[in-house]
Amino acid sequence: MNGPIVEIDNLVKYFDISGGFLEQLQFKSGKIQLHKTEVKAVNGVSLEIAQGETLAVVGESGCGKSTLARTVMGLYPPTSGSVVYRGERIDTLSARQMLPYRQRMQMIFQDPYASLNPRKSVRQTLEEPLRFHRKKITAVEVDERLSEVMEQVGVNPAWRHRFPHEFSGGQRQRIAIARALVIDPEFIVADEPVSALDVSIQAQILNLLMDAQDQRGLTYLFITHDLSVVRHVATRVAVMYLGTLCELASTGGLYATPYHPYTRALLSAIPRVDGKKRKHIKLPGEIPTPINLPSGCVFHGRCIHADDRCKREIPQLLSVSDSSGTRVACHGIAEGRI
Amino acid sequence: MSLLEVKNLEVSFALRHGDLVALNDVSFTLDKRERLGVVGESGAGKSVTGFAVINLISKPGRISKGEILFDGQRLDQLSEKEMREIRGNRISMIFQDPMMTLNPVLTIGTQMVETLKAHRKISTQEAREIAISKLELVHIPSPERRLTQYPHEFSGGMRQRIIIAIALITEPAIIIADEPTTALDVTIQAEIMDLLTELCNSQDMGLMLITHDLGVVAEVTERVLVMYAGKIIENAKTADLVANPMHPYTKGLMNALPGHGTCDRDNRLQQIPGSMPNLTEIAPGCSFHPRCDFCQDICKETAPELRKIAGSGDRLVSCHFPVGEQVQ
Amino acid sequence: MQTRRQKFKKSYLLYSFKRDKVAMVSFSILALLLLAALFAPLLAPYNPYDPTVIDIMDSELPPSWMEEGEPRFFLGTDIQGRDLVSTMLYGLRISVLIGIGAVILQAVIGISVGLTAGYLGGKIDAVLMRIADVQLSFSTLMVAIIVSAIVQLSFGVGRYEQLAVPILIVIIGIAEWPQYARTVRASVLGEKNKEYVEAARVVGLDSRRIMFSHILPNTLSPVLVISTVQVANAVMSEAALSFLGLGMPVSKPSIGSLIDAGFEYIFSGAWWITFFPAVLLIVFILVINLLGDWLRDVLNPKLYKG
Repeated sequence: MNGPIVEIDNLVKYFDISGGFLEQLQFKSGKIQLHKTEVKAVNGVSLEIAQGETLAVVGESGCGKSTLARTVMGLYPPTSGSVVYRGERIDTLSARQMLPYRQRMQMIFQDPYASLNPRKSVRQTLEEPLRFHRKKITAVEVDERLSEVMEQVGVNPAWRHRFPHEFSGGQRQRIAIARALVIDPEFIVADEPVSALDVSIQAQILNLLMDAQDQRGLTYLFITHDLSVVRHVATRVAVMYLGTLCELASTGGLYATPYHPYTRALLSAIPRVDGKKRKHIKLPGEIPTPINLPSGCVFHGRCIHADDRCKREIPQLLSVSDSSGTRVACHGIAEGRI
Repeated sequence: MSLLEVKNLEVSFALRHGDLVALNDVSFTLDKRERLGVVGESGAGKSVTGFAVINLISKPGRISKGEILFDGQRLDQLSEKEMREIRGNRISMIFQDPMMTLNPVLTIGTQMVETLKAHRKISTQEAREIAISKLELVHIPSPERRLTQYPHEFSGGMRQRIIIAIALITEPAIIIADEPTTALDVTIQAEIMDLLTELCNSQDMGLMLITHDLGVVAEVTERVLVMYAGKIIENAKTADLVANPMHPYTKGLMNALPGHGTCDRDNRLQQIPGSMPNLTEIAPGCSFHPRCDFCQDICKETAPELRKIAGSGDRLVSCHFPVGEQVQ
Repeated sequence: MQTRRQKFKKSYLLYSFKRDKVAMVSFSILALLLLAALFAPLLAPYNPYDPTVIDIMDSELPPSWMEEGEPRFFLGTDIQGRDLVSTMLYGLRISVLIGIGAVILQAVIGISVGLTAGYLGGKIDAVLMRIADVQLSFSTLMVAIIVSAIVQLSFGVGRYEQLAVPILIVIIGIAEWPQYARTVRASVLGEKNKEYVEAARVVGLDSRRIMFSHILPNTLSPVLVISTVQVANAVMSEAALSFLGLGMPVSKPSIGSLIDAGFEYIFSGAWWITFFPAVLLIVFILVINLLGDWLRDVLNPKLYKG
């Protein structure tokens, strides 16, 4: 069981929003052309996730983190690149071939109000994955498993006949977590699991996720925009901007010594409750559209350290000179300029 | 005398089986140039407080008790016509989602000019010039060109700035901001927070910032009200509150914040058990007692008063056993 | 563990129903009408389809309380001498059968098409929706002409008359399924992107199962609401077709046929032939529409607090 559990290699995902044939026709420079419009959501991301770790992917809206999560889970086929699970390539598998992997990889979603089918009782929602993957399971075993997993997430098993609208947001999220845990997966992708919840409930759910990880030896890919949450749950952090990985570091390392200019701006923007007034690093300009990606480094238009090379050449993810193991995609850092 | 004084405000909703009290005995003041935060989780009543000030509570809700004084005038006793002179004019409000607040089929210019002309007798040309000056105040580049653009042509952060510009266009004395940064990315949030602080100082305005985010409150406001189940349970200078929260709920909230205290994977986040009660199910005595670690018998029977705590300056706390109170 | 019956008793549906007088009254009237239609042979004083009972000399007799009326024909007789009450009861039966039958057919076709087009999207969606558009451009009348021509040519006119009810069900079912397809497709497009659908895909469920087990139950509210309206429409369509000679034969009139047949006689004085069937039809359609309105409000998730 050595080696990473998930390897993502140069993953690219573009969404074609060109519309129909007629909308694509354009008359340009004397010729009729077909013009494709694509949202370049993920642009060449490579990551490894080790067993037992929690890798957090952070970034603001439009950075592609949710798309990355869904592509890893097989909800979208990648445009190019590969997703490898325990040494086996899974992005090219048919739905049938994916079935054994579906037992080992599960997902938790952001919106507790939309992630449970409003017409199915808790029992129906929880037993479906169980019965689907274990066809020979008996009714008694299903019942036992349901009680066990509902207790683990802190929802009274006697309420299994109730429907989602009878529960609060926090309780629904617990049920969603139960659904992910009921078939005993080893890898869970959590897409903003606490963003839609109140602060005091967030703490409960985060603790629940950490406990489940300890008890079951789970590996998490944790997507969030909230950098303070990351500190509590993550072993490593990946920072994304416009579909590209800017910085990959251990949690402690990232907060102690952020390298990439975007990471620094992001960290300075977090509102703090410690009473010390910090100056926020201002990023000039606006975030560009993922339809027309900037050339070279995607961040160059907003970076005060950008030079000509940044405009032309896409920086590679390289290790920094100290021993922290942090990797940064920045010419300025690589050249020692910043 | 403060610019805005709210005294013993009660807001209730007439439902099938009786009245539901959403705001219970809420009192606070807001001065010129003061930045006041109203913080609480969903259902605490903070948005209702904001709406009540400008009388936007719709049926079956109503202001059942108390007074709202603005510049000496009783707002709660004004007719709808008179209230319209104040609302959007002397007291403006901005909301959470800029895309919902802006009309997608009208240009920015039209929306700004329309707002101004509703409250002042001026020509369209003059209104346009004022609109341009306000857009400059909120740091929107090339404002003349932007006036003819539609909301969807702007990013989220810029839309929120436009909303702020619209709120400023009548040069109000107070701005009520209801979760203005919640829907925004963290870097944009920081910009908006800086902008609001700057504007309060330069425009001589009072700000009532309603949010669930303690971090935002800590960075922007000078004084904060913590609300729980329709009541104010702590009222203190922001710096004091953050350094030393006295109400167990406030303390629990601060401890539950990720990023506060010891931040790493080995320490569980401190959590407050249970959740905020439904307004129909508020426990007798102190409404927080079922979730409180320090609950004693008196807490279950008698609701605590909002009182000054000896040695804590001008802080008010509604608790029988505030954390850190010097026991005489 | 509550039984279904106990859960229903406590449900919001029943609670809201009991509070809404309009819904209760509409439902009672509808139940009455349906029972009358069901038990028509038992309730009708005469069998209007039995030629031996009908006497042409009895035609155009006014209702019993008027001068010249006879007590054995309570609401009078029609142009062929049939008792109006009996003919209305049997006619109601036909109208209800066709109304409900046609709607079931429309719903089955329309829901399947809408679900598939909405969920699978892409080319399948484009093709299915174009077919729906083509279908819509064929009015019910044209479909009726085409189908009746085919059947009459294949089986002869006599057979056509015997099969009139199922044929009408087929005609109206085929003509109107695009309504359901569009409604369901719109719902499916909204539901498709919700996270519970993604969660079902993550579990590994196949498309068919997701469509029918997960998405379909969530698209049923609008389907139920348009069904009530579509029943009314089906009854009206059948009436129009009968009037044009493409529907029920004259010997077995539906309510709609009675209305149309009697129309010419209003001015010659025999107003009751059109009047009473018209009242019955109006009441039937009205209660269905009122129930549809109530159902729409009750099922609206924004109003439904559970």
